Amino acid sequence: MARITAGVATSHVPAIGAAIDNGLTETDYWKPVFAGYDFSKEWIRNNQPDVVILVYNDHASAFGMNMVPTFAIGCADEFAPADEGWGPRPVPKIKGCPELAWHIMQSVIQSDFDLTVINEMAVDHGLTVPLSLLFGQPQAWPCRVIPFAVNVVVYPPPSGQRCYQLGKAIRRAVDSFDEDLNVQIWGTGGMSHQLQGPRAGLINKEFDNAFLDRLVGDAEALAKIPHLDYVREAGSEGIELVMWLIMRGALNAKVRGLHRFYHVPASNTAVGHMVLENVD
Amino acid sequence: MALDKPYADVPGTTIFDADMARRGYHLNQFCMSLMKAPNRERFKGDQRGYLDEWQMTEEQKQAVLARDYNRMISLGGNIYFLAKIFSTDGQSFEQAAASMTGLTREAYRSMMLGGGRSPKGNRYKGEKTDG
Repeated sequence: MARITAGVATSHVPAIGAAIDNGLTETDYWKPVFAGYDFSKEWIRNNQPDVVILVYNDHASAFGMNMVPTFAIGCADEFAPADEGWGPRPVPKIKGCPELAWHIMQSVIQSDFDLTVINEMAVDHGLTVPLSLLFGQPQAWPCRVIPFAVNVVVYPPPSGQRCYQLGKAIRRAVDSFDEDLNVQIWGTGGMSHQLQGPRAGLINKEFDNAFLDRLVGDAEALAKIPHLDYVREAGSEGIELVMWLIMRGALNAKVRGLHRFYHVPASNTAVGHMVLENVD
Repeated sequence: MALDKPYADVPGTTIFDADMARRGYHLNQFCMSLMKAPNRERFKGDQRGYLDEWQMTEEQKQAVLARDYNRMISLGGNIYFLAKIFSTDGQSFEQAAASMTGLTREAYRSMMLGGGRSPKGNRYKGEKTDG
């Protein structure tokens, strides 16, 4: 039987990818950011997943305004890194897991979550930066990845509650897959940040730290935070945090936080990161 | 009946909602075209001529030529799409964000290193800002 063993939450700031690709990880500015991932790199070497369901958002890379799916699952064998305007990141291609992805698609739609199926899709920094943060710079990624894209660009994104419930549906789908697979689910994006307008640069450490606290022990209530609170408190782009709730919904009611990291700033953004393990 | 927009009282912030997405459609699709290197070259070679190939309003075209990102946003531009313009110009997200706040790049960077713009005074329009 396939089982979800752990969840990872992490920001996916593009400048972090650029710092890795350009060899800047040891600079004064970037060193503290990457130090926050030392534990997790070691942890994942010892807890190697077969498949990661990677919840992220596309940033006008694969999806322009020609199509805006609210929830989309990547069912292909392979996904190439996107050219976001300055050439694709020099990272390996992403190997998919079509058999599990299609299984999740059918199961989750039967649980009333109407996913869009994507078979041809380039994946941008939202997906590749978390992989780089956890796995470094390998020749090939050490596991297969199911891209799970959430619209958080065009308002309204799905609600936190909807995301949390979707996570539960994904969990049921994985639990009903016969092959013996160690599956992790990652929720990415956030934390507080605003990239636009005169209020750009907004950071809310209190909000972010309360979010990290509640993600472990108070997720049911955390999922009820309305969009407006994210916008007002965590910035217009802080609303990406709803994606963390998909990850959390797919874990057990009770989890153990193995690692927690918070740092300001990476470019315009507060970096948050957690590793959560299921407790029976 | 009009859509409910409870976010309208958040200062310095434009939510890319249904109305803005509709208004900015051609502006944002022009931005998407800059994902391709040959289009970037053509745009850099003749900005006005390239913009005239798109069904954008004159106001939108002027905002692009002036690289006035706040104006582009008010005309339906979305920041992730507009990023294609400043990337074409060789600018980072940090530089673009600084330009929208009216701060120099150095002052903006230093604000971020100091912990970012505080939410205090920046939650509701009309609050006294200290950010």
